[in-house]
Amino acid sequence: MTLGPVPGPSDPAPAGAPPSAPAISVQGLVKRYRKATRNAVDGISFEVGTGAFFVLLGPNGAGKTTTISILTTTLSPTGGRALIGGRDIVAEASAVRREVGIIFQKPSLDQNLTGEENVRFHAVLYGLYPWAPSWRLMPAAYRTQVEELAGLLGVGEEIFAPVRTYSGGMRRKLEIVRSLLHRPRVLFLDEPTAGLDAPTRRTLWDYLARVRRESGTTVFLTTHYLEEAEGADHVCVIDHGRVVAAGSPAQLKAELTHETLIVDAAAADRAALRAELAGLGLAADGDGPFTLPVGGDRTHAVLRSISTPLTLVRTSAPTLEDAYLQIVGRSAADGEEEGAGGEASEGAAGHSDGASSTPEDSVRA
Amino acid sequence: MRELSAILAIAHRDLTKLLRDRARILGDLAFPLILVAFLGPALKAGFGSPGGLDLQAYVFTGVLAQTVWQSAAIGVISLIADREEDFSQEIFVSPISRYSIIAGKILGESVVALPQALAILALGWVLGVPMTLAGVLALLPVILLIALFGGAFGVLVLSNLSSQRAANQVFTFIMLPQFFLAGVFNPLQGLPGYLDVLSRIAPLRYAVDLLRNTYSAFQPGSTPIAVADAGFNLVAVGALLVIFGGLGTWIFVRAERNR
Repeated sequence: MTLGPVPGPSDPAPAGAPPSAPAISVQGLVKRYRKATRNAVDGISFEVGTGAFFVLLGPNGAGKTTTISILTTTLSPTGGRALIGGRDIVAEASAVRREVGIIFQKPSLDQNLTGEENVRFHAVLYGLYPWAPSWRLMPAAYRTQVEELAGLLGVGEEIFAPVRTYSGGMRRKLEIVRSLLHRPRVLFLDEPTAGLDAPTRRTLWDYLARVRRESGTTVFLTTHYLEEAEGADHVCVIDHGRVVAAGSPAQLKAELTHETLIVDAAAADRAALRAELAGLGLAADGDGPFTLPVGGDRTHAVLRSISTPLTLVRTSAPTLEDAYLQIVGRSAADGEEEGAGGEASEGAAGHSDGASSTPEDSVRA
Repeated sequence: MRELSAILAIAHRDLTKLLRDRARILGDLAFPLILVAFLGPALKAGFGSPGGLDLQAYVFTGVLAQTVWQSAAIGVISLIADREEDFSQEIFVSPISRYSIIAGKILGESVVALPQALAILALGWVLGVPMTLAGVLALLPVILLIALFGGAFGVLVLSNLSSQRAANQVFTFIMLPQFFLAGVFNPLQGLPGYLDVLSRIAPLRYAVDLLRNTYSAFQPGSTPIAVADAGFNLVAVGALLVIFGGLGTWIFVRAERNR
């Protein structure tokens, strides 16, 4: 199975760009809109390796779209520096535009044109083919490519129908196909699945995964859907224009979430239980149930060494979503204050009465 | 070559859209056709030919120039609507020069204005406005020049606007007064001082007058209906076209990125 017109392994680095330059490098990027009182993007830095799947995650208004607009050169940064494939987005804007493809948050197809006309418009703007007044007068190579595209999209003659008649999922797919025509080094997707139903979202992700596998294109995705970040190589969480957490999904989970063991005993036995736990080096605060920072292999060991009869045993393994909500919630609580990167464990212990644990992890004794 | 291709693609898109939107073609034509069909003959019937001036031809030429000029100007301003529909993102993120984008838009909207001009010419002929084939052929390049001039004016207006709403609001202030200041259907001779000054500032005045120069040149023996001579009007239109287009694009491109 091949993707036909989808780009092969990215072209050799153009002359002038360092061969080993990361696909994206962002250093201290700042954007303050005119007449705004605070920065929409407030000094963010990150790096994306070639071929990686990078996710910029954050709530609405966190600065995701602003960041993408700057990286794709349609918006000037107020401060900081960004490079795409080693090229400066301000000084070499035109070269950068050739290197990037973008799926905008809002659909950017011309509804009055046909699918093919939208594709042709893009192809000519990117200098892939010279302009010609009609489909028939376009070069044979172009027509072959479009026919392959239509096959890829699972449409036949509909490619010659106005985009207005397409379904939401079809439009998104057409935009993706269009954005890959000029073989971009980096594909930016700004909340591409907003407003699509679940099956369509799934199809779109399968398609994108194939594109990534077969073309090696670096993918930069913004989303506020957490599950879309789970498959990423690297996730960067931003809020209020600042990076509040970064790492692989597994790292984020490990750093930001802590498995806990929740146990309780009958009221009469609680003092004994507390003493036993203290003997294991576990501080049991409050009147029970007791939430203990215990997870993984140690859970069984701890349970075995308790002889007090337990009335409740429950483990809690927070999802990445819990971690995300916690990060975003925390940075909202911090307000404008610096130092949001602190230790997360006290937050985890804060809401620990078991109410937020996932039900399938619970075992009632 | 690549930039030229891109300019043609952008212009072609505007023409394609026009041809698919029959309601718009009729809507755009209604107003000028009403003026040419009703106002011109009515003025001629009521006032005769003061000083030998053919009032029907006067209104006809005025409306022809005004329609083409305004159509191109409003068409270019529609780049704002594109921005709100987010199609312009696709154009602005592409690796072509911002100047090519504007040039393509001006060219496209100028071509879009031509069918309207042809319809007005046809109606004038039907209504008996004196014209010759040579005269009509000579008018065509002038009409195209006026359309480009209107497009350039549109860029200057566009560069100072932030939304389609703002565009609709300023329309009344910048387009309507020019109907009168440019003398589309009223005489410009003997205007009171302040009106004379405003009239000379109105860019449309030079477009209307240049078209009348051309029209009169092919009506030997008739009373000339233009107020200035052709050379002056041609220089004025050419100079303003370059200034408006260049300055407007520069401001627009800057504003687009420095939000």
